[in-house]
Amino acid sequence: MITIVDYGMGNIGSVKNALLHLGADVLISNSAKDIEESSHIILPGVGSFGDGMKKLEELGLVKVLKEAVLGRGKLFLGICLGMQLLAESGEEGGLHKGLGWLKGKVRKFQVNEEVFRVPHIGWDDVRPDSQAVLFSGISPTTFYFVHSFFLVPEEKDVIAAICDYGEEFPAAIQKKNIFGVQFHPEKSQKSGLKLIKNFIQLSEK
Amino acid sequence: MLKTRIIPCLTIKDLRLVKSVQFGEHRNIGSYIAAARVFNARDVDELIFLDIDGRRTGLKFKLLEEVTKECFMPLTLGGGVNTIEDMRLLLKTGADKIAINTAAIENPEFISESASIFGSQCVVVSIDVRRVNDMFEVFGHNGVAATGRSALHWAKEAEKRGAGEIFLTSIDHDGMMNGYDVELIREVSRAVRIPVIACGGAGNLDDFVSVIKEGGASASAAASIFQYTQVTPQNIRQHLADAGIETRV
Repeated sequence: MITIVDYGMGNIGSVKNALLHLGADVLISNSAKDIEESSHIILPGVGSFGDGMKKLEELGLVKVLKEAVLGRGKLFLGICLGMQLLAESGEEGGLHKGLGWLKGKVRKFQVNEEVFRVPHIGWDDVRPDSQAVLFSGISPTTFYFVHSFFLVPEEKDVIAAICDYGEEFPAAIQKKNIFGVQFHPEKSQKSGLKLIKNFIQLSEK
Repeated sequence: MLKTRIIPCLTIKDLRLVKSVQFGEHRNIGSYIAAARVFNARDVDELIFLDIDGRRTGLKFKLLEEVTKECFMPLTLGGGVNTIEDMRLLLKTGADKIAINTAAIENPEFISESASIFGSQCVVVSIDVRRVNDMFEVFGHNGVAATGRSALHWAKEAEKRGAGEIFLTSIDHDGMMNGYDVELIREVSRAVRIPVIACGGAGNLDDFVSVIKEGGASASAAASIFQYTQVTPQNIRQHLADAGIETRV
């Protein structure tokens, strides 16, 4: 069973529709029980870092998710803000503490904005690592991005895919059972749906 | 490399798909869900829905629910969005970006507030413009209310307040299929550093090349060309690629 975590941040409907389209057994929830009983957890997210963490804390989800993902090894996919929250801290709207599951921080694009308009919005090419399981069988690896910030992990070997927009940044990360994508697979047509399918077909080790 | 986007714009009135000419004469085209399905099958980059009686008859969540069940590409919804709660519900229902127009003109603080709660990337400020004397003047309320404001100044203020994108429509060129108002698009694109989506006037494939190369648009929205001609988004993308513009071919 797949739980999409509902913490009041953004486009849960879209993620759910993508999963239903793929025939998955999916639930939208923020209850500890549902999360504990799921095999896969998806943390979507549209919005600001500070707001996202505040909502997770208010709902008591920081502890629940840590136990389920770091403790029990459930498969986890963070999308957009959901990936950024994995960091220790984020700079959006002031310094905020993140989930801290990955060492590193979230920062804004540092590019020539005359040439590279920010937010980075639109379809862009992603270069996945050959071992990146989420990207298996996907062509083209072009996905929809809509963000101004991105996660910079300290451990470079968690980077599963790169995108280049004025500067290179991690488009996806993978650390054991923890996956994150900066783009929106639920909005990336066939390529995105295949990525989600790859995620849900992974099984817990 | 970031691709330019071709975005069909679907105008909705009384829950029917309509098409206007210079923001008047709204002609009933048919079913928005049928149109959305065709665009989805054609692998379109994005879709924009503008509900022109949103203010009068309320937000159309049903439309969003129907469309998001079948379309897995980015959706922007605008029309009658007035409050933070409106935006929260629309995002939860499946919209990725929300376009605000009159509400922002009447209360510019709404832009800052929504950007700080939902993030700039969700907030599209939609600006409708008529050429009046020598100025590009902003009009609210679906093109009927003159504001006396310059499109350039308003776009810059919207950017400063946190808008993620500008959706810029030339009312004069709307439905005329004689090309975009490239000068308008260029002036606003130069004035801001956020993406500008051009709208109003696309009639043939070359119009898209001009609005991107000369106008500096990050994305081009169009309606009449899809509704009245055989041109598909893929035709346009191929034409752009042939002209050396990066697209999702």
